[in-house]
Amino acid sequence: MKNVMVRMKTSRQQWITYAFVIAAYIVLQILSGQKVLSSTARGMLVPICAYVVMAVSLNLTVGVMGELSLGHAGFMSVGAFMGTTAAVSLQGVIASAPLRLAIAMAVGAVFAAVIGFLIGIPVLRLRGDYLAIVTLAFGEIIKSIFTNLYIGIDSRGYHIRFLQAPENLEEGGKLIIGGPMGIGGVQKIATFTGGFILVMICLIVIFHLVNSRTGRAILAIRDNRIAAESVGIPVTRYKMTAFVLSASMAGAAGALFALNFSTIAANKFDFNTSILVLVLVVFGGLGNMLGSVIAAALLTALPEALRSFADYRMLIYAIVLILVMLATNNDDFKALLRRVIPGRKEEREDA
Amino acid sequence: MSFLNFLISGISLGSIYAIIALGYTMVYGIAKMLNFAHGDVIMVGAYMCFFACTKFDLPPVVGVILAMIVCTVLGMTIEKLAYKPLRAATSLAVLITAIGVSYFLQNAALLLWGSSPVVFPNFFKSVSGETGFALFGGELRVSYVALVTIVVCVIIMAALSIFIGKTKMGKAMRACSEDKDAARLMGINVDATISMTFAIGSGLAAVAGVLLCSAYPTLVPTTGSMPGIKAFTAAVFGGIGSIPGALLGGLLLGVIEIMAKAYISTQMSDAAVFAVLIIVLLVKPSGLLGKQVREKV
Repeated sequence: MKNVMVRMKTSRQQWITYAFVIAAYIVLQILSGQKVLSSTARGMLVPICAYVVMAVSLNLTVGVMGELSLGHAGFMSVGAFMGTTAAVSLQGVIASAPLRLAIAMAVGAVFAAVIGFLIGIPVLRLRGDYLAIVTLAFGEIIKSIFTNLYIGIDSRGYHIRFLQAPENLEEGGKLIIGGPMGIGGVQKIATFTGGFILVMICLIVIFHLVNSRTGRAILAIRDNRIAAESVGIPVTRYKMTAFVLSASMAGAAGALFALNFSTIAANKFDFNTSILVLVLVVFGGLGNMLGSVIAAALLTALPEALRSFADYRMLIYAIVLILVMLATNNDDFKALLRRVIPGRKEEREDA
Repeated sequence: MSFLNFLISGISLGSIYAIIALGYTMVYGIAKMLNFAHGDVIMVGAYMCFFACTKFDLPPVVGVILAMIVCTVLGMTIEKLAYKPLRAATSLAVLITAIGVSYFLQNAALLLWGSSPVVFPNFFKSVSGETGFALFGGELRVSYVALVTIVVCVIIMAALSIFIGKTKMGKAMRACSEDKDAARLMGINVDATISMTFAIGSGLAAVAGVLLCSAYPTLVPTTGSMPGIKAFTAAVFGGIGSIPGALLGGLLLGVIEIMAKAYISTQMSDAAVFAVLIIVLLVKPSGLLGKQVREKV
């Protein structure tokens, strides 16, 4: 009975989330078609989509799997650089920009998934704080690698160099990734519609995963690893599934994000970006996908809306992050909330 | 001779890491939490000393003591407001809170002191007019900062070992790290002990901040975060919870970083440090001198 209730609740949340995202897309599409949105606001649409995908994918790792990853921006970086490389390489071959965007996102997702798998092998053997620190370490290593990576392309194919620019590019050749300079002079082919489709795909995949046998196994591992192990759930395999999926979504988001700007450097995807995405997840509620979507959309759009407030933004993020954690994890705080908001206690016991 | 030069700067950097790592390792050993904000306490300490010595023209020693007092109070306040209410919460919740505190300190510093870097004064130059001395006919240069850093590190290690091993408070700390509930039954004030641990760790962080900024004199609100993460790496490397481990891990990490900078590539030295962390955690998760803790069901 209880199980049925929980399942009904998740499936209801699923449809509400879909409806919200589709409605938001239609409204924003109409608004920008009617020229109601300013050009800055329209410029925010693709980054918002990218951050929504980042937030829901990190929520899969942190909220559903229950492991803290502090290197999520690393996967975004892999997707951004590899996806852009693909998009630039195909510039002459495929004329259709949306198709190139789709291929770039797919390439970003595949590369990030491979990196996620390779990182997952050592990382998922660890637990708790150690796991968090090692993901942080991998994120920094990825950043260091992309800061020193040069990829050029000409008629003879790719020229991949480390620490120094390729010196003998032919006439008409192009340096795609320029080390510390990052990517420069790329066509901006990312569109809001492309971002919307990516968000929908990620949400559908995550909800299907969570409501499947695999998802239940992952939840069981989160709630009690030892108990899950003792009933024969292969812990590492299920964790790896979630981790790789999360990484690949971040990769696709990275490709989308990078193709919205003409230049982007590896420094953009640093530890602070990982933390920013974590803030989105915590704001939205751990394990709550709709929350992540709303938090990502609001917190990405807000700083643009409140330019004069920008100095205090990060400070307020920090304070809210601490307060949210205190409010959700401290018994005194919870008791206070229960007294202030009647009916909250029953709801908690239902869940 | 250049190898010896690198070795000395490696040991000096490693000593700073070791002092910071002490704060991580003590807090982790006793409160079983990763105090992510520790690196930013270093930054606050360095700013305090900077203001005391440049704005108010106080002697360096007074500046250091002032920085230690401020950081000690800061560390205890952070513990009381942010970590103590979460004593019973999951480690994920505590870690996210600690990240929040770290972010808070960085951004508060950014608002208070601005993002433009300040140049930390070299105290030894103002005292003796020289930044260091040369040996072997000028081939081996030793800076006073490096020398003092190493000496201070040795003194702190010795003092702390005596404190933990011989005093009543030290005994209480060891008891708390072994078993908090049992310690409470024996009449130990666990909350006060944890608070004391934060106080010591933060006070040492102030010293580390001054030493760090004397060696690398640009000070910005994010100065502490990278050394903080590296010092945590050092603590894990040596075996978290173990004080000799923090020393060993810090020294090794400092030497590895400087050698990687000198012989591999400047840009990749951070990556080398983190690669060391990953390898250590995979091969020996309890660190070089740490003890294996078995998980109870």
